Amino acid sequence: MESILNWIGVHQQMIYIVILMIFLGIEVIGRVPAVLHTPLMSGANAIHGVVIIGAIIVMGKADPHNYVALGLGFLAVVLGTLNVVGGFVVTDRMLEMFKKRK
Amino acid sequence: MGSLLTICYLIASVTFILGLKMLSNPATARRGNLIAAGGMTLAIIGTIFLYEEGGVYLHNYGWIFSGIVIGGIAGTFAARKVQMTAMPEMVSLFNGMGGACAALISIVEFGRLRQGPFLSGGWTEYPPLSALGDTGEKFHLQIGVPVGELLIILLGVIIGSVSCAGSVVAWGKLNGRIKDIRFKGQHIINLGLLLVVLVLAGYVLVVVKQLPDIEIDPGHVWLSVSQAANAPLPVVVRVLFYVVCVLSVVYGVFFVLPVGGADMPVVISLLNSFTGVAAACGGFLYDNKAMLTGGILVGAAGTLLTILMCRAMNRSLRNVLIGSFGGGLAGGATSMGGERKEQGSYKEISISDAAMVMSYAHKVMIVPGYGLAVAQAQHACHELEKLLTEKGVEVKYAIHPVAGRMPGHMNVLLAEADVSYDNLLEMEQANEQFPSTDVVVVLGANDVVNPAAKTDPSSPIYGMPILDVEAAKTCIVNKRSMKPGYAGIENELFFRPRTSMLFGDAKRVLQDLISEIKRI
Repeated sequence: MESILNWIGVHQQMIYIVILMIFLGIEVIGRVPAVLHTPLMSGANAIHGVVIIGAIIVMGKADPHNYVALGLGFLAVVLGTLNVVGGFVVTDRMLEMFKKRK
Repeated sequence: MGSLLTICYLIASVTFILGLKMLSNPATARRGNLIAAGGMTLAIIGTIFLYEEGGVYLHNYGWIFSGIVIGGIAGTFAARKVQMTAMPEMVSLFNGMGGACAALISIVEFGRLRQGPFLSGGWTEYPPLSALGDTGEKFHLQIGVPVGELLIILLGVIIGSVSCAGSVVAWGKLNGRIKDIRFKGQHIINLGLLLVVLVLAGYVLVVVKQLPDIEIDPGHVWLSVSQAANAPLPVVVRVLFYVVCVLSVVYGVFFVLPVGGADMPVVISLLNSFTGVAAACGGFLYDNKAMLTGGILVGAAGTLLTILMCRAMNRSLRNVLIGSFGGGLAGGATSMGGERKEQGSYKEISISDAAMVMSYAHKVMIVPGYGLAVAQAQHACHELEKLLTEKGVEVKYAIHPVAGRMPGHMNVLLAEADVSYDNLLEMEQANEQFPSTDVVVVLGANDVVNPAAKTDPSSPIYGMPILDVEAAKTCIVNKRSMKPGYAGIENELFFRPRTSMLFGDAKRVLQDLISEIKRI
């Protein structure tokens, strides 16, 4: 119990961010038309690719002789980049088609 | 330099929020996507060059850059080359990669924790010898790891693995590589599996929490520190951690397997928000606000989006996940090629008759579905529309919110073929106009025009709003065969007196219709 309270105390900033972001996330897309569901999902998919930052940190901190950590970190960087780049490009391709309709 | 990185992350977080906001409005969507991409680039470059921990910058640049280059080229290539029809699969696959990335981060961090014991005094690395030697007091060395951190690592690995495995299965199901697999008691087994994963993870935390501290003798600091460091985490903890990993992957597979293909978009959206949460776990781990904001934002928005999609189909999320669609007893009698109960006969119409009926109609309504997407017939469809419009026929498209494999799928596809946005009617508008429509042309759509959704309470799709094509004077249905649609259920519409069937690949049928109409 004590350790939980302790943990909350140490991470209170983060916890505030989590709570605010939950509300913001719901608020921000609350009125999306059905037409945009797919591009929005795809865009959100690209945004969670921010996990790449973690992969870069893991990779950058890895001991150059620890090949397991290097290998896993490298894989994480490749997958994370795929998520980010692929996600944004796919979304852009979908939206490119919407533009023409005017 | 650290504060510069903070600013990078701050800007990135703002662009994520702004990007999502703009993505939910058709006029600004594309710019929103680019703004978020810009913010992401800034965050990535900032991390590579500015990130430091205790004055030490990152190294292994060669590995990092080659990883980014490989991923970047492969990602761009895959995203550029993929057919419009395969877009949903692609999104699912990219999502799975994000999940795998989050899980890998957790696995590597778990390995690091094992090597680096933490001093209860708050040291996160080996303390400098002087610091230890000078004080002359006794230290307590904790051999375990901070329980909070391990909790985050476990969450990251569980959610990431489930998301990755689930997304890959969803990808396989959408492109037809993996079939629906259902057996009795599947939900109970799934629930049990999830419970086992959570209990094991909880047990790992309890074991770690109870690890004794080691007292350090100030006279032999290094000896005690190295002894403590070389004492690895208990075998139970290490083994169970990897068991949790593997079981999470298994759960991810089982979680998606029973879900019907028509429900895949909902599941992908849900897994998308899972990956968001897994990314946020990484944010906690590195005290990184950009990862946290991005992850939680997607987690929350993705969950809402999932619910909105369910609502568009008039079904509950629980219903979707349990996968009652076409499965179990309700739809059992109507599986592929099985006997059809008490259905009348259907009638076919020839290309030339169909062309005739359409050219002399006042108003034609086209109902596109997945069949159109598969046949890549959107351009032919637009050509037919232009031809008919030249002849003075009013042509509209009726778009069901879940037509195709994803909400908005048809809009994207038709927009690709330059179909004017004004001609696309949403379900409510379309239903108002069907009674004044002469000919409805159903192109590869099935479940979204199935009257059973309104009339048959025992039907698995009962309650889903449908396009009321029966209200029109005639209805021409183009399908490849009489096989039931993705939900695996029979469609009475095909046997109605006003309906005629036009079998064949959507693209070829449309091309034949076009040349036939030109001849009239």
